[in-house]
Amino acid sequence: MNFDLSDEQKMLGEQARALLSDLSSFDRLRSLIDSGAEWDEPLWRALAEMGFLGAAIPEEHGGLGLGALDLGVIMDALGAANAAVPFMSSIILGAEAIRLAGSDAQKAAWLPRLASGEAVATFAYAEGPGPVFATGAKMAGGKLNGSKSPVADAGVADVAVVLVAGGSFALVELDQPGVTRNKLDSFDQLRAHYRLDFADAVAEPMPGAGKLDRLIDQAAVQAAFEAAGAAEACLHMARDYAMERQMFGRPLAGYQAIKHKLADVAVATELARSNAYYGGWAAESSPDDLPAAAAAARLSGIKCLELAARENLQVHGGIGYTFEANCHFYYRRERMLAVHLGNRGFWADRLLNAQPGSQGKAA
Amino acid sequence: MDFNDSPQEAAFRAEARAWLAAHAPAHVLTPGEKIPDTEEADRGRAWMRELYAGGWSGLTFPKALGGRGLSVPEAVIFAEEEGKYHLPKGPFTSIGTGMALPVIAKHGSDAQKARFIEATLKGDITWCQLFSEPSAGSDLAALRTKAVCAGDGSGDWIVNGQKVWSSWAHLTDWGILVVRTDPTLPKHKGLTFFVVDMKTPGIETRPIRQISGASEFNETFLTDVRIPDANRLGAEGEGWACCMTVLMGERLGSGAHRSGVEPLIDYAASTPDGHGGTMLDDRAIRQQLAEALAEEQGERFFQARLRTMVSKGENPGALAGMVKLAYAGRYQKTNGLALELRGLTGIAPEAGDTQTGDVQYDYIYSTVMRIAGGADEVLRNQIAERVLGMPGEVRMDKDVPFETLKA
Ligand SMILES: Cc1cc2nc3c(=O)[nH]c(=O)nc-3n(C[C@H](O)[C@H](O)[C@H](O)COP(=O)(O)OP(=O)(O)OC[C@H]3O[C@@H](n4cnc5c(N)ncnc54)[C@H](O)[C@@H]3O)c2cc1C
Repeated sequence: MNFDLSDEQKMLGEQARALLSDLSSFDRLRSLIDSGAEWDEPLWRALAEMGFLGAAIPEEHGGLGLGALDLGVIMDALGAANAAVPFMSSIILGAEAIRLAGSDAQKAAWLPRLASGEAVATFAYAEGPGPVFATGAKMAGGKLNGSKSPVADAGVADVAVVLVAGGSFALVELDQPGVTRNKLDSFDQLRAHYRLDFADAVAEPMPGAGKLDRLIDQAAVQAAFEAAGAAEACLHMARDYAMERQMFGRPLAGYQAIKHKLADVAVATELARSNAYYGGWAAESSPDDLPAAAAAARLSGIKCLELAARENLQVHGGIGYTFEANCHFYYRRERMLAVHLGNRGFWADRLLNAQPGSQGKAA
Repeated sequence: MDFNDSPQEAAFRAEARAWLAAHAPAHVLTPGEKIPDTEEADRGRAWMRELYAGGWSGLTFPKALGGRGLSVPEAVIFAEEEGKYHLPKGPFTSIGTGMALPVIAKHGSDAQKARFIEATLKGDITWCQLFSEPSAGSDLAALRTKAVCAGDGSGDWIVNGQKVWSSWAHLTDWGILVVRTDPTLPKHKGLTFFVVDMKTPGIETRPIRQISGASEFNETFLTDVRIPDANRLGAEGEGWACCMTVLMGERLGSGAHRSGVEPLIDYAASTPDGHGGTMLDDRAIRQQLAEALAEEQGERFFQARLRTMVSKGENPGALAGMVKLAYAGRYQKTNGLALELRGLTGIAPEAGDTQTGDVQYDYIYSTVMRIAGGADEVLRNQIAERVLGMPGEVRMDKDVPFETLKA
């Protein structure tokens, strides 16, 4: 047993963190919000240049052919920076859906462009209130009808993988008359969401059937890496503030009410990260273990970031409520990350369903 | 990263499994079987002897000291395989191997090593830990039990005082003991460490009735107990360093176990809900079980990360306390849920129900995990200070002579 990242993986994570701390400062995030930007396009280009977008895309399609743990260290860094980029949409979900379910032609057409950052993809799964993975949209004769909402990053995406009736996927170019994009009021101000309406939109069916479970299990692991990275950033932000802020003659960080809060955040974060490691390992090396590993990682990811984002703002007191302080970025993103790809009830069901002896029980 | 055994580890696991299959069944207790403590102690010794004879004692201990000099992952593999049998192992064995031996190996003289190590690995000597006192628990260095020189030229020490919560002190052969030898020094500086024969005149153990109904720990009174200087470990005044060695061993030994959540899922899945389904259909129950399972898995994989660190020669330090903190709280929650799932029958089972009694016991016992071996609050302080680098606690007593402190 060797339950640690490789030196190369650690280095990859450091590179990602270094790049993000140069290019994606909190001031930068604030200016993106003020200017109403949908994403940080220069940052996206820089991520592409470093090869991060193509990290897990097969070499034959222009990527580096790395694995889930390599992606994980990048996601951890993106989570820590709260970066305004469609990495989850385009790489973890879009590109991976095409790799898992696309035809050779679809892969050849899209994967190299997604790896280079020239094109952006998204995965459209929800259809308003109700089940998170909804299949009301219908494909017939190369035409797609129905709606998907909310869809992350659909404003900047060139192509969407759409979950359709029967649980299969359709590939839809978004820049066409059959597709209407309406921007929604997104709670996370750094992740734009859209409603997509399809009226006889030109769409290609994707041949791979039954790939939804695998896709979202893998994405759940990556979401756990993202959450752990964000939670750790909250933890350090709260700790650093508490070390500076003087209270009743000593640093705020010296008080147990604060120390104990942050110790609990630290524990929750390490548990989530440990589950994410296992999920990444399972995705690469032990697919039978992936469903349970992914669900556990997803649940602990939600839990640690909820705790971390709330307590970070709390430790900052009144200043935490200001736009100038940085707590709000994580506080908003946390709610987004808690519900995208299914909320904790959804993943609790999946975790129990993946346990031996409990199959076929209520979902 | 690889969560599976390496080929070498797999071979070791197969070897361990085969040996256990041949030797463990004769020592196994029937689940639910209650035996008197004395019998449990005898069975524990017998198992220790069997382990020693087979070469499975002191796996990570250096060969020169009678162990096998293996790595941490191998010890973990053996513990996993051993854990599949319900064996009579209790604190009376782990205090010896996990706490007394490391401190003897690190701070003991050659004569002490020769006398105690092999005998302990063989199960011939069992140990108790005489640290805690009525007013020295989390604040261990506040202890008042004192030792003075006999003054008769023998070099012996005369010990007077009281220890408390001494597990198995009434059934074990030797104790590791920390006492105050110089009250004029600040509290951490005037302590000295001894090993003491529990049959020495002047030692009296009085059982304490516990909330579980058992009495595995005691009050231990020491009245004019004479300890030869040859039983001092480390130099006079260096007792605190010895204590730290013991507590580090205790911390690394405790932590994540696969405990409890999977059987609960089975229980819920096999218990009708009165609406044609099972209790596992209840959303609130599903949620709680899933959260507990995710936490349990997180503890296990975090432990795996720490073991990897140890096997690479790194010291996880206060990170080990994070696993213990997570585990202890979750263990209590899980056992509370186990009782709740049984509803009214959980608090008053039918005659012939052989399982619920264990569930009740575990719920009561789960309180121990959050207190012993570092209470939750103390661990949180350590994590905040040593992992996150936050300021230490305010200490009014740190640099003043112990004798000037208020009792
Ligand atoms: C089943 C069992 C077996 C044991 N076996 C042994 C044994 O074999 N040998 C032995 O020597 N001891 C043994 N102990 C004792 C154990 O080590 C102590 O109980 C433990 O260290 C806590 O000390 P205490 O009980 O005095 O509680 P206290 O230290 O009085 O703690 C009371 C409460 O105060 C909190 N607290 C303490 N300090 C702080 C602080 N600085 N800030 C905030 N909160 C604080 C604690 O977390 C706890 O909640 C055993 C205990 C149990 C329950």
